[in-house]
Amino acid sequence: MQILDDLWIKIAMWLRGLFDSFLPPWAAQLVMDVLGILLLIVVGIVAVLAFTYVERKIIARVGDRYGPNRAGPFGVFQALADAIKMLTKEDVTPTNADRWMFLAAPIVIIIPAVLLYAVLPFGRGMIGVDLSIGVVFIVAMGAIPILSMLMAGWASNNKYALMGGFRAVNQLLSYEVPMVIALLTVVLLAGTMSTVGIVEAQSSVPFILVSPVAFLVYFLAGLAELGRTPFDLLEADSEIVAGYFIEYSGMKFALFFLAEFINLFLVAGMITTLFLGGWQWPILPSWLWFFIKTFAVIFFIMWIRSTFPRLRVDQLLGFAWKALVPLSLVNLFLVALISKLVETVWLRTLIMLGSNIILLAAALLIMGRLFQKREAKARAAGEAAVKRYYAS
Amino acid sequence: MTNEEILSKLKDRFPQVEFQVQAEETKDFTIVVPAASIADVATHLRDHLGFDYLSDVTSVDHPDRFEVVYHLYSMKRGGGVLALKVRLADKEHPEVDSVTPIWPGANFQEREVYDLMGISFKNHPDLRRIMMWDGFPGHPLRKDFENRLYTFKELEPTRPKPPNW
Amino acid sequence: MLKTETITVNVGPQHPSTHGVFRMIITLDGETLVDLKPMFGYLHRGLEKISEGRTYLQAVPLTDRLDYLCSMNNNHAYAIAVEKLADIQVPPRAEYIRVIVAELNRLINHMLGIGFMFNELGAWYTPVVYAFRERERIMDLFEMLCGSRMMYNYVRPGGVSADLPDEFLPMLKKMLPHLQNYVAETRLYLSQNEIFRARAVGIGFLPADIAVANSITGPVLRASGVKYDVRKAEPYSIYDQFDFEVPTQMAGDIYARYLQRLDEMDESLKILRQAVERIPDGEVATKVPARLRPPKGEAYARIEAPKGELGFYLVSDGSTNPYRWRCRPTSLINLSALREMCLGHKVADAVVILGSVDLTLAEVDR
Repeated sequence: MQILDDLWIKIAMWLRGLFDSFLPPWAAQLVMDVLGILLLIVVGIVAVLAFTYVERKIIARVGDRYGPNRAGPFGVFQALADAIKMLTKEDVTPTNADRWMFLAAPIVIIIPAVLLYAVLPFGRGMIGVDLSIGVVFIVAMGAIPILSMLMAGWASNNKYALMGGFRAVNQLLSYEVPMVIALLTVVLLAGTMSTVGIVEAQSSVPFILVSPVAFLVYFLAGLAELGRTPFDLLEADSEIVAGYFIEYSGMKFALFFLAEFINLFLVAGMITTLFLGGWQWPILPSWLWFFIKTFAVIFFIMWIRSTFPRLRVDQLLGFAWKALVPLSLVNLFLVALISKLVETVWLRTLIMLGSNIILLAAALLIMGRLFQKREAKARAAGEAAVKRYYAS
Repeated sequence: MTNEEILSKLKDRFPQVEFQVQAEETKDFTIVVPAASIADVATHLRDHLGFDYLSDVTSVDHPDRFEVVYHLYSMKRGGGVLALKVRLADKEHPEVDSVTPIWPGANFQEREVYDLMGISFKNHPDLRRIMMWDGFPGHPLRKDFENRLYTFKELEPTRPKPPNW
Repeated sequence: MLKTETITVNVGPQHPSTHGVFRMIITLDGETLVDLKPMFGYLHRGLEKISEGRTYLQAVPLTDRLDYLCSMNNNHAYAIAVEKLADIQVPPRAEYIRVIVAELNRLINHMLGIGFMFNELGAWYTPVVYAFRERERIMDLFEMLCGSRMMYNYVRPGGVSADLPDEFLPMLKKMLPHLQNYVAETRLYLSQNEIFRARAVGIGFLPADIAVANSITGPVLRASGVKYDVRKAEPYSIYDQFDFEVPTQMAGDIYARYLQRLDEMDESLKILRQAVERIPDGEVATKVPARLRPPKGEAYARIEAPKGELGFYLVSDGSTNPYRWRCRPTSLINLSALREMCLGHKVADAVVILGSVDLTLAEVDR
């Protein structure tokens, strides 16, 4: 198994030896770097194309339908067909649109997404660059697509797109806050900000078992950052008809579409790294574990997409500011406190788990109480109206 | 409350209005009300006789007159229909009071009568065409509106120009 | 203070979720609705004018195209109006068949109403496909009966056009537990979803007195608390021989309309079970001449269609063609209160409220 684990590393070292033999050292390094970048981009985009097909199949099967099954056996060439379709569509720019911003928006959205592949630890010793501030890099790069959504909304010269852009900025900025706080919790537990360090700190127990509240908050905030159901009013099909990229077609639309799925893979990869233990588990090679865990998270996200209706914009923002931020802050405080007070590791883990469960139960109770109050109010209003009618 | 009781109560309340009961040629109990007093009669029907549900406002184009027909029900009492008719002899500019202030549900239906038959309603909050566009020539449901093919060339100049969104 | 402006958005005729070609011009202040103007007429085919050139029997397919999701009920209303005008008696077996197909159509309509309301809420077609699965079963029955899956042209003045095939009643009896199961499943899976309740409770509130003043009928009215159903208030056909109740809800919002449609589906299943037991033998239509000449007169007849009260007003001048053929459109009048229901809510709510009122634009525009 060790052989399989080190497979890619051995191939890389062999290639390095090959280039070293006939190139000066700096050129060999350059060629290796370029090859690494190309590999990351290609793997990323090919995986993402596969996800478009997998998502349609999953949503269809949940809805008692078949999904794509014409393009090849079981429809496996559907992603290829989609790619060809998008490449060959006419590229339309609206009449009064701001041309350069219209062109720049899809570029701005996809570059940070691809850049983030550099800090994901795909396996033991396999990472693009091991930044010591990896987590900060992730937060910073994840905030740039917000700008591009506003650019796309404004440059389209369309009221629907503008509304979509506003909603996007609102939603994404609000959900950065709980996401960062949950990340802080993990950094506190691991003691380091580099992604490799975080994975190695989970060698005894994955952080999902230490602080499930942080996992939940990061998961929900990540769903909202992606713009997926139940938070998908960025592309709310039935109200503002595709939101901020309503006027895009052809390759630019394909870039937006790809960017969403690249972000999906990244968020799932981040959840795996931060909470599920990264590539840590015995028997199978490490990079295989990473992919299995990431796919499990992605399946879960797609499953949620096909079953839940979507939230309205003010409910969304209320949920972020009134529910997630206090929850994650209290959790951070608790984790910090227990970290300082209790020294033995296993006792500390157990106490953190217990306190998290109590916190979650309390939060759910409070929200349930609020719901019931609102329902009672609606029913009372209806009954008053009926009494008024029959009395007249 | 039977139909005769309703009629007698109306006659007591409005002694100067001459109600006619259309006895022949109709399967429902129909009261013909003069056009000038339809608003008062309708208000009295809604407030004191319990007819709170206006089901239908429609119009018929007879050779010598227009007729506006109202079908009323009482939701609290249940029971059958009470049909009110207003006969308008003026076929050039037919006009009658609107019952929208009394039963707001008549809003769209009176607009449709205005659009398709050409009868205008006084005191209607928003009297404009509903099915056809604003500049359409003529009123389609009238008997003298030809049921023929209308070409693009003759109708296109009447269409409104779209606003620049 | 900040100077704010309102923007006017056109939720245009072509839109993925406005049940047809319906146009709303909404004025927004941020995300809150300040004004709403519905505009329709995009599907106006002039059915009333066309019918004046056709005989009474030739106008039956036109009624199919009014609310195409529940064609049997439209045919039924027109048949009752013509029979009232011309004094035609209908044999009892035909009455039972009419009740069976009308209640089956009510089931179809409510399934689709609930399914498409969830489509607007954002649950990507999953409830719709489950509803369509049941609708396919019922449409198989209808195809066996009259040869068509959507525009049935089956219930005619004088009775129905053809007798039930032999396999119809056994297949229907086998299907009733499946349909009951579907209603129970929907209630179980969808009613407690927190996101749905957060989106639906308290939204689109229609008080009972405004509902009656705006002439609203059907499930929308009964969900606001007013217990009025034409089948009980002025029984037509043989509905007075069946044992069913009229459910109402108190809250008057979207959630109440959803629950109301589920309850009405249960009542329809009750009626179906009784009808299937008691259906007598006999002939299925009185002989009505193809060029029927009713005596001079006028008549107004109404039924409880799945969307509300559907009525027909016919004026005859003794010839073979109706002099005035008027359909009281359920959906047009149910739209009267749309503005009151939507003001003060957000854009997303306006679309869902429209879905909960359950329109069919073909009936609005005729």
